[in-house]
Amino acid sequence: MNGFSLERVHAVLVKEFRQLVRDRLTFAIMLLIPIIQLTLFGYAINFQPRHLPTAVLAQENSRFARAIVAALKNSSYFDFTRQVRTPAELNALVRRGEVQFAVTIPGDFTRRVARGGDAQILVEVDASDPSATGPALAALEALPEQALAHDLDGGLAARGQGAPPFQVVVHNRFNPEEITAYNIVPGLLGVILSLTLVMMTALSVTRETERGTMETLLATPLEPIEVMVGKLAPYVLVGLVQTAVILVTARVLFGVPMMGGWIGLSLGTALFIVGSLALGFLISTAARSQLQAMQMSVFYMLPSILLSGFAFPFSGMPAWARAIGEAIPVTHFLRLVRGAMLKGQTLGDQWRELLALFAFVCVVTALAMARYRRTLD
Amino acid sequence: MTLAIDVTGLNKSFGDKHVVQDVAIQVEEGRICGFLGPNGSGKTTTLRMLCGLLTPDSGRGTCLGFDIVTQADQIKRRTGYMTQRFSLYDDLSIAENLEFIARVYRLDRQRERVDAALEHLGLASRRRQLAGTLSGGWKQRLALASATLHDPKLLLLDEPTAGVDPKARRTFWDEIHELAARGLTVLVSTHYMDEAERCHEIAYISYGRLIARGTAESVVAGSHLVTFNGEGPDIGRLAHEIAGRPGVETVAPFGAALHVSGTDRKALEAAIAPFRREPFHWQAAQPTLEDVFIHLMGQAEDNWPGGSPP
Ligand SMILES: Nc1ncnc2c1ncn2[C@@H]1O[C@H](COP(=O)(O)OP(=O)(O)OP(=O)(O)O)[C@@H](O)[C@H]1O
Ligand SMILES: [Mg+2]
Repeated sequence: MNGFSLERVHAVLVKEFRQLVRDRLTFAIMLLIPIIQLTLFGYAINFQPRHLPTAVLAQENSRFARAIVAALKNSSYFDFTRQVRTPAELNALVRRGEVQFAVTIPGDFTRRVARGGDAQILVEVDASDPSATGPALAALEALPEQALAHDLDGGLAARGQGAPPFQVVVHNRFNPEEITAYNIVPGLLGVILSLTLVMMTALSVTRETERGTMETLLATPLEPIEVMVGKLAPYVLVGLVQTAVILVTARVLFGVPMMGGWIGLSLGTALFIVGSLALGFLISTAARSQLQAMQMSVFYMLPSILLSGFAFPFSGMPAWARAIGEAIPVTHFLRLVRGAMLKGQTLGDQWRELLALFAFVCVVTALAMARYRRTLD
Repeated sequence: MTLAIDVTGLNKSFGDKHVVQDVAIQVEEGRICGFLGPNGSGKTTTLRMLCGLLTPDSGRGTCLGFDIVTQADQIKRRTGYMTQRFSLYDDLSIAENLEFIARVYRLDRQRERVDAALEHLGLASRRRQLAGTLSGGWKQRLALASATLHDPKLLLLDEPTAGVDPKARRTFWDEIHELAARGLTVLVSTHYMDEAERCHEIAYISYGRLIARGTAESVVAGSHLVTFNGEGPDIGRLAHEIAGRPGVETVAPFGAALHVSGTDRKALEAAIAPFRREPFHWQAAQPTLEDVFIHLMGQAEDNWPGGSPP
């Protein structure tokens, strides 16, 4: 044992940093990936899908019913592709995915509007792709104010003032948690960070083995922990830059709210970056080649995307999937980021996720150290 | 007399391949020991065990007075190891590679040492060139500079002059002798006979077994090899005819001459008798190291357990 030497860590750190900067392509990719990903995803979010297939079940054939359908059409979000006669028919259309919206105007709609207070129309939404239906839903909010403006005349003119003449009841189907654009952008932070960082360290150690430079490293008095810290440090910086890029882009391009929780968010980001890098290091102790390291990193990305609550709502997953999800750092990081940016959570709400991330860093580092080979055996 | 390297009974297997078998090496301080043997005989594996890069399956001993099994860290700090394959960073410059080594060994006066090493190498003006873009010979010299940067007491060099031109090789060896004169112990593997002859002593390993050890002369003498040197116009054409005859172990052309060797003088004389006529001239000669090694290799094959070697 040589103890721990900051100078030797520094040696590895400087070397890594030089190699990283010299490898222009990788360096550029590391910085471009966040921007490209975010723009691509952001596009899908910002892209306001219009003319979505909609079915209407009008149980009364009234002036008001026609006015509502016309208003929906005018918003340009809804295309009335189907007229149906029964609720069962409507239901089937939604279930089969032939329409994304099902509007029901009840039979006593006109009477209730006239009486005032409790008139409703029902809009059922296939929310399995919320980025597609979100903008249309937003447009629905203005409907009660405006749809009947021209038709409330005579004795009903007073209904046009004050409270809206009816309510729109939105019923989400297939995706109760309803992930919105704001949900996705903060989530991307976790996914992009792990995608790039895990792979970078996984490659950086296997590259030494593949090029034969590991022999030089092992022949020196370097301790495994010194190699690990020295190798991780430059990428921590890269991770922080990526985070800044993503947050600024999210704010500027997509206006994602940033409610607060900065201390927890910063702590969590640091832990998450170190954890991802340490995981990459662990992978590299198992991989025999850069190709293997790459494959393992990609393999790790699958549950990170699918089971972390990024792609699908966490609460909607079966128990076994949730159990796997809990073991993945992205899951906790996502909660932390969403909690901070969207809800303004404070340390009091965040400590559980922070603890989970911290535990992950410790466990992975311990495993990596245990697995790191001090010899070529 | 202190032994810088003193190990016995070294064994190493990879899977069921027993690549180093009961190897013992002793090298006195300040001596240069040549480590010879055919490809795959276990030279690199042995060197790696000496500097702690591989753990021996069994065997014990010391390097520089430190136990090779339990004190590998101490040995590493005082040993310069030059790998067979260039193993510095291709994507770092010459100076950056040396700086890295200087830092890792926590040397004092780092800048000074790196500058001195560059000056000594004659690479001071190219210090910013990427190591990967150096020619093969220059890479080897850089690797030696980096292996000696921390003033090691023991140098393990694995084929340091492979692919190096004769003049650079001579400089290289002059330098190794200079280092040895200052008290460094050097164990150097090589395939070149002229280099073997420049060593204070040699160790010959074949199929994982050490089969000869000592000074070049004593190894030659110990082989009990008899060699005849034949000269004459186009004598090379006789090589085939002679090679098959009983008592002849090796036939090797040496320029215009032919070296015929065997351990049985009588049989050997009988074998060349038919060719002892004009225009050929035959003379008993001193076997060269190469004759001896080729002979040793043949013997090792005969001794290989279970027939032919892998
Ligand atoms: N890591 C390893 N795994 C499996 N076999 C190995 C390993 N390293 C070496 N060997 C085998 O051990 C034997 C000895 O190899 P070694 O590299 O020590 O030979 P060498 O004498 O250095 O040869 P050369 O002159 O070609 O460099 C070879 O048969 C080689 O294939
Ligand atoms: Mg070798």
